[in-house]
Amino acid sequence: MKQARGNIDLITPESCAEIDRWISNYPADQKQSAVMAALRILQDQNGGWLSHELMDAIAAYLDMPPIAVYEVATFYSMYRLEPCGRHKINVCTNISCLLCGSEEVVAHLQERLGIKLGETTADGKFTLSEVECLGACVGAPMMQVNRDYHERLTPETIDAILDSLQ
Amino acid sequence: MVNIEINGIKLEARDGAMVIEVADEAGIVIPRFCYHKKLSIAANCRMCLVEVEKVAKPLPACATPVTEGMKVFTHSPKALGAQRAVLEFLLINHPLDCPICDQGGECDLQEMAIGFGGDVSRYAEGKRVVTDPDLGALIATDMGRCIHCTRCVRFGQEVAGMWELGGTGRGEHTRIGTYVADTVDSELSANVVDLCPVGALTSKPYRYSGRPWELVGRPGISPHDCVGANLRADIRGKQIMRVLPQEREEINETWLADRDRFAYLGGRSAERITAPMVKRETGWQATDWDSALTFAAEGLKRVLDVHGPSQLGAWVGDTATVEEAYLTQKLMRALGSGNVDHRLRQVDFRDQEQLPAFPYLGMAIADLERLDGALLIGSNIRKEQPLLGQRLRKAALRGGQIAFINPRAYPFNFPVSQQIVAAHNWVTEVAAVARAALALAGEEIPEGLPEAEVGEAHEAIAAALRSGEQRAVLLGNLAAYHPAQTELRAMAALIARSCGAHFGVLAEGGNSAGAWLAGAVPHRGMAAQPTAVMGRDWRSMAHEGVKGLLLLSTEPESDCIEPLRATQALKQADFVVAINAFASDAARDYADVILPPALYLEAAGTLVNCEGRWQSFEGTTPPPGEARPAWKLLRVLGNLLNAIGFEQLSITDVRDELAPALAVGADNQIPWRVPAPPSFEGGIMRLVDYPIYSVDGLVRRSAPLQQTRDAIAGAVYVAGATLTQVDLGGADRVRVMQGEGEALLPVIVDEAIPVGCVYIPAGTTATAALGGGFGVVEMTHA
Ligand code: SF4
Ligand code: FES
Ligand code: FES
Repeated sequence: MKQARGNIDLITPESCAEIDRWISNYPADQKQSAVMAALRILQDQNGGWLSHELMDAIAAYLDMPPIAVYEVATFYSMYRLEPCGRHKINVCTNISCLLCGSEEVVAHLQERLGIKLGETTADGKFTLSEVECLGACVGAPMMQVNRDYHERLTPETIDAILDSLQ
Repeated sequence: MVNIEINGIKLEARDGAMVIEVADEAGIVIPRFCYHKKLSIAANCRMCLVEVEKVAKPLPACATPVTEGMKVFTHSPKALGAQRAVLEFLLINHPLDCPICDQGGECDLQEMAIGFGGDVSRYAEGKRVVTDPDLGALIATDMGRCIHCTRCVRFGQEVAGMWELGGTGRGEHTRIGTYVADTVDSELSANVVDLCPVGALTSKPYRYSGRPWELVGRPGISPHDCVGANLRADIRGKQIMRVLPQEREEINETWLADRDRFAYLGGRSAERITAPMVKRETGWQATDWDSALTFAAEGLKRVLDVHGPSQLGAWVGDTATVEEAYLTQKLMRALGSGNVDHRLRQVDFRDQEQLPAFPYLGMAIADLERLDGALLIGSNIRKEQPLLGQRLRKAALRGGQIAFINPRAYPFNFPVSQQIVAAHNWVTEVAAVARAALALAGEEIPEGLPEAEVGEAHEAIAAALRSGEQRAVLLGNLAAYHPAQTELRAMAALIARSCGAHFGVLAEGGNSAGAWLAGAVPHRGMAAQPTAVMGRDWRSMAHEGVKGLLLLSTEPESDCIEPLRATQALKQADFVVAINAFASDAARDYADVILPPALYLEAAGTLVNCEGRWQSFEGTTPPPGEARPAWKLLRVLGNLLNAIGFEQLSITDVRDELAPALAVGADNQIPWRVPAPPSFEGGIMRLVDYPIYSVDGLVRRSAPLQQTRDAIAGAVYVAGATLTQVDLGGADRVRVMQGEGEALLPVIVDEAIPVGCVYIPAGTTATAALGGGFGVVEMTHA
């Protein structure tokens, strides 16, 4: 049956424990509320991205239809659905950042890394993506590298940030 | 109630109603895409924007509740401007491919574009490109046309109870689909074709075959289950092009099960014959009606002369109309035989004398959704009567406690409070609930109620049946197929009585109720009147033999629960007349003459549904070739056999004769009788059901339905542990022996089947050589 094709054995015991902690924050009949946390936990478990199998495993674990998990996972840009580099660079190209020069930020990153938006460098170090407003308009133009926000970007600050990454 | 004004018209509205509902009731047109009265409100298309006095911005009528004194303008310049702007946005990504779109001519988007759209596009930028997923045999996709109204998504989630389609991605990148390639498998899936307001989801079987303006829609009734869903057949020339639901709130609401919608395609099977055929020394020959009917009458007459009326019998399909069933039994009885039966999927007739006039649901269909508690004994309601399952699901979602006692676990798409799986000890498990119910009611245990240990689950079920306003105990199809039907029925009625719940029956055939009322049973005449001659049930006919048989719209090799015995009886008979649209190999083998009748949308008739509702209909198109309505064939046979009372000139004359049956009221009194459950000798137990797309000859031949996941293959479904038990671990084919029959069947390991049991479906060709339904089987290496 569709609802139960996921294999929950793909979830490591550590991840299970962490997801259970999130589940316990919600009423007993609403464990699907933990879906966003579960997606993040499994993404970390899997080296930064989510496979279909892992999303199905979450569906089975939280007792929800797989499509409901896909809807969430595809909606938010912080979930990646394909293998990616060690460092994820998300450049905001939404309106405030656009007005403040996100096009130059993108151009500089593409040139410096030698890849286009949506691609990963050959050495597997960086993945470059475009995202919608990250709520940091006040510091536009901005980008997110892994979990950190970097604001008021210039080619020089971008270079410095990239150089600081292993 | 609140008073509002729409376009200057004063209206009264229910508190909390949305503006669009009030407008709809008053016949004021507001354009919309995402709003649908049977779905939750999404308010995402913005097509329904209207102007409201004292509100600066236009508001969506579908999501704006009425307030006292509200003044709404649906056609003011501001409203029209907003609607026009929304439409322009919706069209920017649309491929504008109406000339090659199946929805053309009945497309909401097309109509609104004509009403509100500009005639020149101002959009010169690139359009989005999307791929079209393959959702299976029923639904065709052209997702470039999708406007993301999410009706299809909400339908799966809210009505079908199987959330399969979703909206993945975001903003302009949103896609409607399954995301990971998959088919859409709900038994109600094709309703999204009707719901989709554009041409994104269309009917695959109907694709590119017609245009709405070439079609004439005619009403009909679906005969595939006891719901009697109202439908509309769209006809071009003489061909049925497609079937759509006809809104009927109290029966099928706005829905149709996929089975109701696509079964008509079975009529296009290569096995369909459109001229009568007789078997002569040289083989089968097509012939004219005069010779075929004379041949049939002479054959039956010979049996009558040589062997007497007790050697003549008739088997009636449970989808045949009331008129057909009536004339068949009338013919048999006029010839002096009471051997007539339509209960071909049943084996236990011990309580037939005590039964009410017809199998009755015990309530109206719509009441199912208001149940606070229900116990279903032997039912996979979701696949057996999909639209009743949908109603019951609503009750469950409202908090109704729905419990099942089934021979195996079935996956339901709603919360089930208890599902007791009782393969070997079904009778005891039901007896345990009966005991719990009697204890709660403080009633005495009637004599003969089997001993049973009462556990928590039984007590919980009984308690749920006593609380809340509306409760019911329903006897499902699986109970009808079971050798202990009598016990199960008696105890179900007992439980209902002691809990003050309704007792109801989910009849197994589309017209079981009608066949009972028409007198197509051996022990009662039309309208449950006593008969002069007591006949034999179909099973005694099959086991003890009959020399002459008349088959009406049934294929015993698949329809009968004991297919092997049925075909053997047919082969051993001297003469078999088959009134059937299909000349299968099996029929060519056992029949002597095949008379092709009109199929269900091709002739007038009447079906009685599980509520006891009589629904008459006309033919929607003339039958092909020489095929004739079955009631006319029966009348001519009557005349040729000099039977009395076969002078009907029209179907109305037949219906007039049925007036007493129409007057029979619904009643569900099942008196308590001391049950004596058949003993089960141990060994591997076969569990059985008729899969959703194996229930009748038409459905079995509908190619698209047979390509779906619900088209269950004839195989042995068995848990791994059971296989090991009989030393067949790892086998992928086994030889199955049951009664006098045996079959070589593929093995499908299914851990949902109780250990010690195998599930082997009925109604499939692969299992036709088996000796029965529920019962002991043996398995060996292939
Ligand atoms: S496919 Fe049709 S019903 Fe589904 S969201 Fe798109 S337009 Fe709406
Ligand atoms: S637009 Fe870039 S952070 Fe808001
Ligand atoms: S119909 Fe109201 S927003 Fe779609």
